[in-house]
Amino acid sequence: MSSPALAVHALHAYYGESHVLQGIDLEIAAGEAVSLIGRNGAGKTTTIAAIAGFIRPRGGSVAVSGTDLTGAPPHRVARAGVALVPQGRRIFGDLSVGENIAVAARPIPNGWDEAKVMELFPILARRRAVRGDQLSGGEQQMLAIARALVRNPTVLLLDEPSEGLAPKLVEQVGDVLQRLRATGLAILLVEQNLGLATQVGRRVLVMNKGTIVFTGTPAELAAHRDVEARYLGV
Amino acid sequence: MSPELVFQQALNGLSFGALLFILASGLSLVFGMMDVVNLAHGAFYMLGAYVALSVVQATGSFWLALLVAPFALGLLGFVLEPLLLRRLRGRHLDQVLLTIGVSLVIVDVIGQVWGREVRSLSAPAGLDGSVTLIGGVYPVYRLFVMAFGVALAAAMGIVYRRTRIGMLIRAGVQDAEMLGALGVDTNRLFASTFAAGAALAGLAGVIAAPVFGVQPGMDTDPGLLYSLVVVVVGGLGTLSGAVAGSVLVGPADTFGKVLFQDVALAVIFAIVALVLLLRPTGLLGRIRIAR
Repeated sequence: MSSPALAVHALHAYYGESHVLQGIDLEIAAGEAVSLIGRNGAGKTTTIAAIAGFIRPRGGSVAVSGTDLTGAPPHRVARAGVALVPQGRRIFGDLSVGENIAVAARPIPNGWDEAKVMELFPILARRRAVRGDQLSGGEQQMLAIARALVRNPTVLLLDEPSEGLAPKLVEQVGDVLQRLRATGLAILLVEQNLGLATQVGRRVLVMNKGTIVFTGTPAELAAHRDVEARYLGV
Repeated sequence: MSPELVFQQALNGLSFGALLFILASGLSLVFGMMDVVNLAHGAFYMLGAYVALSVVQATGSFWLALLVAPFALGLLGFVLEPLLLRRLRGRHLDQVLLTIGVSLVIVDVIGQVWGREVRSLSAPAGLDGSVTLIGGVYPVYRLFVMAFGVALAAAMGIVYRRTRIGMLIRAGVQDAEMLGALGVDTNRLFASTFAAGAALAGLAGVIAAPVFGVQPGMDTDPGLLYSLVVVVVGGLGTLSGAVAGSVLVGPADTFGKVLFQDVALAVIFAIVALVLLLRPTGLLGRIRIAR
């Protein structure tokens, strides 16, 4: 049996004294999309940070395609096949659109390259020479996804890609993610937007206070109104 | 002041500015990329001058010294960063204390190895004469310093704007963590950046030696003091900021020393205060220095 694209087991992490992740388990297979939802402060972004290597977990493990990467620095996680579309996009403002893509590129035969991501997001081709900090929020989001794709990842982590986007753009991001999943990518989508989370995720995980409190399909989540009221409502 | 004297001092000021650029560009690069205020930068500058002194004594070649000293300092930086600084990432006070400590050690070692008397290094053959410009006699070497500073700024500008290394620097200055998440080994990038900063300090030490001499105390004045003033005035972390700061501080300091001998340093600090008051990021910087 082959290893899952991403396997996280009993992950514990702290920010200073506060115990932000209290035993997170999740596995994502190639070609599978999982959504992670929950209120602000539930630990979603910390989960991403611990997988990406931004913070060092105090316990548990992170493995990508069977390779243990627990506590590895970000570049090793990235080189193992993980790409990140971070919260707030973190586009390099002093780099042009083309340079933002070039700085990330890890070419493979028949993989994603600049031409292909520009085909996916034609607006980026027209803005190729524009500085990152001159782009609109929507354009920056597309560039953040494009920048992750040219890594030719096996695992794609996205942290609130719908943040600040018009509904039409959110829909477009959802379509792109479904197409990517169909190509065999493993996707972990952290979202506040329940619509996008249930559109993209075949499984939905609900997080609260550093633990996963619900796992199910979008339909099962819809059937559990109490989960929504307790962990997602305002 | 007669017009000739004004012209002479303007040339002196610009030549000093060019030297300040060579000196401050390394400090600015390291701060911008690594968020480290390297207070050993002045000691690196001093060590560069003393290494040059020894190379010239041994071989008689200033030009060889101009290659060897930056290389030696670069090597030192490449070793020191992973050995000492890496453990202190994000801990500003500890970095300040550490780099002051490194600076004290270097200055002491220099005293032990080279002694504590004032030394001098002559300008290389061909650049040791003077020319007559607008009715005044002017040392050729100072014109060379100016040309060297301009050439270095241009070369750094090309690297910064047109090469992959420059792209990594511009991206890393803004968000090194994100760069890591895109597969770039930021540990290696930081060690290389610190090495480049130290090499630039060493280069400045060689270039400055024929003008200011080689002596104890040069690590703070002009070393650390002026490089800090330049980056604070010009703005931290950008190449254009280092250029702007140098071009402003060089002439301002030179004229300050001519016009107000007794309070020359006050002129510089008045400029620093004024810039921080009006533009807390420095003239062309992106990082807020004062709140």
